[in-house]
Amino acid sequence: MSLRKILRNTFLVILLSMVVSACATKKTTTSSSIDGQIQGDVYIGSDTVKELAKGVPDRVFFATNESILTTKSRDTLRKQAAWLRDNSNINIVIEGHADERGTREYNLALGERRANSAKDYLITYGISADRISIISYGKERPVDSGSNPLSWSKNRRSVTVKAN
Amino acid sequence: MNKLKILIILLLLFYSNKSFALIEVDITRGNLKPLPIAVSPLFQDSKSKKNFKKELNIEDLGSEISKVIENNLKTSGLFNPLSKDAFLQKPDIAHLKPRFEDWALIKSQALITGKVLIEKEKLKVEFRLWDVLAGREMLALAFTTVPSNWRRVGHIITDKVYERLTGEKGYFDTRIIYVSEEGPKTQRIKKLAIMDQDGFNTKYLTLGNELVLTPRFNPTNQMVTYLSYFKNLPRVYLLDIETGIQEVVGDFPGMTFAPRFSPDGKKIIMSFAKDGNSDIFTMDIENRIVERITNHPSIDTSPSFSPDGKYITFNSDRSGYQQIYIMKSDGSNVKRISFGKGLYGTPAWSPRGDLIAFTKLHKGKFYIGVMRTDGKGERLLTENYYQEAPSWSPNGRVLIFYRETKSNDKGEGFSAKLWSIDLTGYNERLVETETDASDPSWSSLLSN
Repeated sequence: MSLRKILRNTFLVILLSMVVSACATKKTTTSSSIDGQIQGDVYIGSDTVKELAKGVPDRVFFATNESILTTKSRDTLRKQAAWLRDNSNINIVIEGHADERGTREYNLALGERRANSAKDYLITYGISADRISIISYGKERPVDSGSNPLSWSKNRRSVTVKAN
Repeated sequence: MNKLKILIILLLLFYSNKSFALIEVDITRGNLKPLPIAVSPLFQDSKSKKNFKKELNIEDLGSEISKVIENNLKTSGLFNPLSKDAFLQKPDIAHLKPRFEDWALIKSQALITGKVLIEKEKLKVEFRLWDVLAGREMLALAFTTVPSNWRRVGHIITDKVYERLTGEKGYFDTRIIYVSEEGPKTQRIKKLAIMDQDGFNTKYLTLGNELVLTPRFNPTNQMVTYLSYFKNLPRVYLLDIETGIQEVVGDFPGMTFAPRFSPDGKKIIMSFAKDGNSDIFTMDIENRIVERITNHPSIDTSPSFSPDGKYITFNSDRSGYQQIYIMKSDGSNVKRISFGKGLYGTPAWSPRGDLIAFTKLHKGKFYIGVMRTDGKGERLLTENYYQEAPSWSPNGRVLIFYRETKSNDKGEGFSAKLWSIDLTGYNERLVETETDASDPSWSSLLSN
């Protein structure tokens, strides 16, 4: 076998394995660019986002079935943490939400997990756990009532609201 | 052997001549050929008629009760109630001794007759079931109740007839508890509601001030457990339907959810969420002792006991995705049983013990299905855009669940409705409710 042939075969194998692994990852990659507002299944737009304080977004978004914080989410939460450090008299509630494409009870648990994901990150940035309470609404309180991937991505969220 | 038996029964059904004995309804298949049955209006004498008019404001109670029975039989998918226009014999005479040739002439194979009267302010009922082809009585019963219970009279008669003809207990004298829904998707108003199995006598048990979810009946009495967001604290509650008294279940610092009763009605099994982790616990209703059943960093929820109380099925994402598991009731021997493609949730153990009903999500479609308790023999009964949370009829023959429709980008076109389907996958039906509805739970039989 010539070197060229070996190289070509190796290349093919690599290419094939790339195709296979691409299939194995999230099926939603095809819809990743709806109006440029979704990236890898996570909403990155600003449509429903409100401000907790000036320049501090109130919510972060999650991928389907996930509670992992994206780079953008961590950035948002660091802003929230900085603001909370400056306003130590304010306590917060983090609401966890899921989209409508899951069973009700599982979504309640998933919302709780998402809210805690945000809470844990705030704690690592110096916010006392005593100041944060969490509540899960599961799929009960969508912010966007559409039945499409963009609407669902806006609903997979945790929202930080002032408790007092 | 079994197949042979079925074949023989079928042959009897279709080719029997008069010398052959009792009719039977084959329930191993769906509505293969519903049995033609005549429900004669229940006879009432003129004095009772006046009394019914006075007490219940109903002109012809006997006829109304027969309509309840007809509707039940039709809904079961196993019977074909014949039009009363074709009936040749008067109710009172038919009840004494039917002229079987007349009933055979209209192709009826079974006949229900009866009598209602008021005696000392009690409703007195008697009814008979007749095998038209064999020309003999199959069943005769009499009972008394309060007049306001007249619809239940129809349900009880249907249960007895159903049991006599199919060999299985009925499920008609039962109620459904569910969540009534109104308003836009983003601000849904939800109330607990209860109705008879056939959609009548709807009552609302909460006012809609707080979010309520997932009510479930105690299989042994008229208690209900459900999730309420009262004071914005999502907790499992216990509600006595008769007295209206509600109380929180257990003293947990975080969210408790996904409650269900144990088959003996003495415990509530539910999930407790804390620090991003949901595990399963039980609480003894009488002594309030709480026991942890699962201890795993994944989401463990939607628990459901086997009818003998020895096992629990639940869903967990410990494999990475939501799947169905079973374990012993003390939490040992956890075993995954769902291995098909997609996600599996909301397992509900059949009252017969042999099957687990579930919701499955695969390639953007939701399915209601059943599998055996070892996970084998998966059968998908219905596919739709969104549906979940099957609940069993007390005889383990019918599943009720809820289905949501897709909305457009403005949120229009959304609805949530209750549906039922036979274990066989046949006889899918919309269950009518006054409002949109979700999270149905079927009661056990109210009588006997």
